[in-house]
Amino acid sequence: MPKRTDISSILVIGAGPIVIGQACEFDYSGTQAIKALKEEGYRVVLVNSNPATIMTDPEFADATYVEPITPEIVEKIIAKERPDALLPTMGGQTALNCALALFNDGTLEKYGVQMIGADADAIDKAENRQRFREAMDKIGLESARSGVANTLDEAFAVLETTGLPAIIRPSFTLGGTGGGIAYNKAEFERIVREGLDASPTTEVLIEESLLGWKEYEMEVVRDRADNAIIICSIENVDPMGVHTGDSITVAPALTLTDKEYQIMRSASIAVLREIGVETGGSNVQFAVNPKDGRLIVIEMNPRVSRSSALASKATGFPIARVAAKLAVGYTLDEITNEITGATPASFEPTIDYVVTKIPRFAFEKFKGAKTELSTAMKSVGEVMAIGRNFQESVQKALRGLETGLDGFNRVLDLEGADREAITTALSRRTDDRLLKTAQAMREGFTVADIHAITGYDPWFLRQIADIVAAEKEVSENGLPNDAAGLRRLKAMGFSDRRLATLAVRSVGVAGGLAETQARHSGLLHDTLRAMAGATSEEEVRKLRRKLGVQPVFKRIDSCAAEFEAVTPYMYSTYEAPSFGEPEDEAMPSDRRKIVILGGGPNRIGQGIEFDYCCVHACFALGEAGFETIMVNCNPETVSTDYDTSDRLYFEPLTAEDVLEILRVEQQAGELVGVIVQFGGQTPLKLAQALEDEGIPILGTSPDAIDLAEDRERFAKLVNKLKLKQPMNGIAKSRDEAAAVAARIGYPVLLRPSYVLGGRAMEIVDSEAQLDNYIATAVHVSGDSPVLVDQYLRDAIECDVDALCDGEEVRVAGVMQHIEEAGVHSGDSASTLPPYSLPPEIVEEMERQTEALAKALGVRGLMNVQFAVKDGEIYLIEVNPRASRTVPFVAKAIGQPVAKIAARVMAGEPLSAFPPFRRELDYMAVKEAVFPFTRFPGSDPVLTPEMRSTGEVMGIDRDFPAAFFKSQLGAGAALPNGGVLFVSVKDSDKAMILPAVQTLIEQGFKVIATAGTQTYLAEHGLPVERVNKVAQGQPHIVDRMIDGEVALVFNTTEGWQSLIDSKSIRATALEMKIPYYTTAAASVAAAKAIRAVKASQLEVRPLQAYYS
Amino acid sequence: MADPANSRAQPSGATGVLVLADGTVIWGKGFGAVGSAVGEVCFNTAMTGYQEVMTDPSYAGQIVTFTFPHIGNVGANPEDIESKVEGAVGCVVREEITPHSNFRARDQFGEWLAAMGKVGLSGVDTRALTRRIRLNGAPNAVIAHDPEGKFDIPALLKRAQEWPGLEGMDLAQRVSREKQESWEGGYWRLGTGYGRAPRDAKPHVVAIDYGSKDNIFRNLVKAGARVTVVPAKTTLDEIMALEPDGVFLSNGPGDPAATGEYAVPTIKALLERDMPVFGICLGHQMLGLAAGAKTAKMHQGHRGANHPVKRLEDGVVEITSMNHGFAIDNATLPEGVEETHVSLFDGSNCGIAIRGKKAFGVQYHPEASPGPQDSFYLFEKFVGSLG
Repeated sequence: MPKRTDISSILVIGAGPIVIGQACEFDYSGTQAIKALKEEGYRVVLVNSNPATIMTDPEFADATYVEPITPEIVEKIIAKERPDALLPTMGGQTALNCALALFNDGTLEKYGVQMIGADADAIDKAENRQRFREAMDKIGLESARSGVANTLDEAFAVLETTGLPAIIRPSFTLGGTGGGIAYNKAEFERIVREGLDASPTTEVLIEESLLGWKEYEMEVVRDRADNAIIICSIENVDPMGVHTGDSITVAPALTLTDKEYQIMRSASIAVLREIGVETGGSNVQFAVNPKDGRLIVIEMNPRVSRSSALASKATGFPIARVAAKLAVGYTLDEITNEITGATPASFEPTIDYVVTKIPRFAFEKFKGAKTELSTAMKSVGEVMAIGRNFQESVQKALRGLETGLDGFNRVLDLEGADREAITTALSRRTDDRLLKTAQAMREGFTVADIHAITGYDPWFLRQIADIVAAEKEVSENGLPNDAAGLRRLKAMGFSDRRLATLAVRSVGVAGGLAETQARHSGLLHDTLRAMAGATSEEEVRKLRRKLGVQPVFKRIDSCAAEFEAVTPYMYSTYEAPSFGEPEDEAMPSDRRKIVILGGGPNRIGQGIEFDYCCVHACFALGEAGFETIMVNCNPETVSTDYDTSDRLYFEPLTAEDVLEILRVEQQAGELVGVIVQFGGQTPLKLAQALEDEGIPILGTSPDAIDLAEDRERFAKLVNKLKLKQPMNGIAKSRDEAAAVAARIGYPVLLRPSYVLGGRAMEIVDSEAQLDNYIATAVHVSGDSPVLVDQYLRDAIECDVDALCDGEEVRVAGVMQHIEEAGVHSGDSASTLPPYSLPPEIVEEMERQTEALAKALGVRGLMNVQFAVKDGEIYLIEVNPRASRTVPFVAKAIGQPVAKIAARVMAGEPLSAFPPFRRELDYMAVKEAVFPFTRFPGSDPVLTPEMRSTGEVMGIDRDFPAAFFKSQLGAGAALPNGGVLFVSVKDSDKAMILPAVQTLIEQGFKVIATAGTQTYLAEHGLPVERVNKVAQGQPHIVDRMIDGEVALVFNTTEGWQSLIDSKSIRATALEMKIPYYTTAAASVAAAKAIRAVKASQLEVRPLQAYYS
Repeated sequence: MADPANSRAQPSGATGVLVLADGTVIWGKGFGAVGSAVGEVCFNTAMTGYQEVMTDPSYAGQIVTFTFPHIGNVGANPEDIESKVEGAVGCVVREEITPHSNFRARDQFGEWLAAMGKVGLSGVDTRALTRRIRLNGAPNAVIAHDPEGKFDIPALLKRAQEWPGLEGMDLAQRVSREKQESWEGGYWRLGTGYGRAPRDAKPHVVAIDYGSKDNIFRNLVKAGARVTVVPAKTTLDEIMALEPDGVFLSNGPGDPAATGEYAVPTIKALLERDMPVFGICLGHQMLGLAAGAKTAKMHQGHRGANHPVKRLEDGVVEITSMNHGFAIDNATLPEGVEETHVSLFDGSNCGIAIRGKKAFGVQYHPEASPGPQDSFYLFEKFVGSLG
């Protein structure tokens, strides 16, 4: 069937900010979809509030709305653009929910907009648990015993049929927020209450527990002619009970016979047909009883998903691209498989390798939250690895995670522990359970023991047992000195670094010392080397080279070599020379090439923003005529799309893996250089190893980057330039820290050196707090000192992003933070241009930026953070590399900042690019988005430790409207009336006063706790007093739970008051009441409420702002 | 002919070897039966169903290279067997056979293979071997396994070189049943296993066994037929004496032109009598020969479980299981023979129907096992047409 000609314009809804359960995989799918639709000549209108996405680059869609994704706002866009069709399947649950709301309220009908991809009925049938169950019954597929409840009473009625333990899943929530497993009635009641609350339809599904069953996923694509194909099967290593997003998974399924696999295949296609997903990709999840193969359908997603991104990267089949083409009427056989260029998309990819995905978590950022995994997703990112066997694949994934693992590192807590302790540890579904599994084997647990405790399939356990056995061999005998022996280990996926550690153990050095010895040369080193053969990663590498044990690269071709692949999408593996030299399919070209190193798995502090920069580098350098080579291991990203770069290596970002790629790429053509400054800390950490091997690094030198990070070297530079830094010092012990703090004066900011995302950073007001920090948050020693900084209370913080070609400096944007200094810049809202700073201050910051850029010899991007207090400018830090704010700045000013930077790094002067327009007649506000609802028990107050997962941009003609939109986009609809609750620390009272007055004028009723109430009343404001929680009931939390409170301003100082007020913030979060924990943001919110009426918000595409 | 660049001295610990007729020696670890076997090396890209593949008589005279690296993970069980006669003579895999994990498994794959008398070789870069087959065509070879690692390479090479190859070879006779058989097995279901065929089902299908997969008969039973299976060389009179409502032509190994020497006249005669006929794979090719078309050996053949086939009647795409090294040349289809299905991979013929008669055939395997079950409708179509 040819493409549809009855539609000419299509609205695509994006997924909004990065949150847990919806990460950059939807940028990947949306970008593919937009490209595919544009190819077909359709006019594409896009709405997505996330400025860090590639899809919102103005050259992709015809009209790009960076606006909040709410039905009201999207209706305005529809009214303005009058699209013929709406594609709701590319933007995750956000887009589906929004589209469904627009359908249900008649908006789509009113404007004659047709849903394509999946219609409203199919979405509802898939998402509504009862209808889904009925549909499954109809086609003879078994579902878990279950029932739907809208009240607690109904829930207890359902419990009669399911029994305990029971699984509770709220309807229509992202990644199962609010769900869980209940083992007793009290837990059941609590989880049901939370679930009803989290569900927009106040509905939960209660199911019989399938704990311990095997879990599988099938990625299915169907077209209008009813052709259906399976792209990939995925087997969860973690059995049922852990959300699939939090599970370690492998592709393809490894423990099913063909008969069982075909039952699942036929069933998943039947599910699509019955649900009525007419075109596009869907994901169907199954549970299988390992004892008898009994198959139960869990759920299906009638849209592309995180798993479809994984399946696309795992097979090379571009699901989103194909789904978009199917949505406009093509059939699968009319679409070409671009990987082979010769066969159609109507086939089932077959692979000749094993893919492993491991999620990455951030529990350390959410103190107080439970660290056990369950049916609500908690991971913030994932790594994917490819190997020719499971062992190679899983060990590559472990080191690609970048959590300090080189493989199955020892779990020190369990070393020598008794059986009971190990059994208990294994029975908990923690994020490191696979490592504990290996440790338990070292402690004598058998495969059968561990299978009985964890439910991990024995096949996987035996594979891990083999790895543990091989480790033992090396620990006892040292490294093999023959090629075959070493190759055998490498083919099992062992990293050089892991082998070095194990080799050191072979001479009797244990534990942490072995790890240290594997990394550093030392006094002991020569002796150890003599005994173990090799003790450092470098030495293992040399040994490998000497013996000729090197990896080869194989292609991901979707067809297991049956056809020639024209797309260079590759992974490494160790092959035995069973006939001739191991075959290498890399075939490097003879072009001038640049390698761009990506950012690895998403984590808090390093997410989509850095992938955005890497993608821009690929695009820009491709345009400049270079061959671009991408290296990354994050399957969610646009950078790992096979058509983003000329060549793609899906590999862990470790020195070992990257050097092997560079070795092969240098066999032909000219390696112009490697870009390490765009992917965040991940590639930067490799700069030294690359330099040591003589690899050219493009742009700012690693030495300049080090200078900016080295406190002493940097302080010298600051003095030379006559700039001002907050007072600071460095401490290698508790006493030194106390002395430095005393010299500077409290409050001080404490943090460990070399960190990303402000981990373990804290403001302390007294020596007692300092002691507490040293005792709990960090390990202070000569090797890992603590930095102590003067804390500039209530200072205004600013970010400046600039470009420099070594001579000329061009400031791209100055951003003023809304939250005061002390809140991590990644968690702070900010505006571009600054909304309240005097021009001379802005100019002075720009001047200082220029001076720094020149002094550091920056070539490429640079980010500078300043604090402004009482008219003084303090330099906080300089990062001569791409920063988190680059995409926001680029979207705000309408300039391809990252692309220009990439070309400057490759040698072009800044003067080759037109100057930036600096006078903007509009305002852009960036707001951070937080995952606190995923971590019950953690405190949502903003701190120097970054905890946001994503961001939105509000853009409008003035600050209040842009701020209003930023809040709406981030999920907080500012109220236009009702009760405001205020409780602020003394130092904020003067600042909050006019804001409260403004809201009273807007008709708000105000309640406040004693101190705040007294202050406001003294200044003539009518404010009712309300009890703090500690003062007894009825208190503020009661009023909030009763739904009385519409808005919360709550700032605190000091640990005690923080603890006292935690329940207020937790309740606000739970009740979805907009809340502000800083005075500055409260003031901004009041301004926005006064100036903006939600119904009058206007929408405007980026293209209109820029012209 | 030996290519020294592709040959190396025996590595220590090598207990298996694959010697190609061009002199290439591929070392690895042997498993399964001890001994050696000669055949044509082909590759199969299916990720499941190795046990079915190894027992499919269509692989007679062949050594199967599995492109998926882990083979044997679900072990072997007594159910997933397609035939008791000789199938593939050996297999080549990348990874050593692991202990199995599946609730239906009874044996380790290597032990089962040994019991079946088939030779296995692991530790081979099967992707490189597959690419070689794609570029150079399927080579003849000897696969050998000796736990002592003692191999007479020149002798093995000689044997590989002297083997005449599949072209012109009638292997069907070797793997066909010797006696007529009333088929009694039913379709497989999870939990209950194979059912039994109802005794008094109508219509009656006589199935000619050229090296058939049992799942074909189970599918015919599922579609409502009573099945009598007869040997490849059963005469027309013998067939007619069974009073069939329709005749089924099975899959099988080897060159259709060779087997066709005795089979095609019988098929022609059946067509002349307006007997409804359905052929699969080799049966399909010989139906084509009977109708006047020609067959040819393919470069690398089609073997896998992901092959898209377009049904020309309505444009629907079926994902199919395939296993063939010969095909009907669609340029030679005579008047009166309609092409009904084509491969979307390379446009080769995948189905024909003879106009004015109830006779059709498909090149692929609608009985699946292993592979997708999209095409079961063909059995219903055939049995349904028998009135």
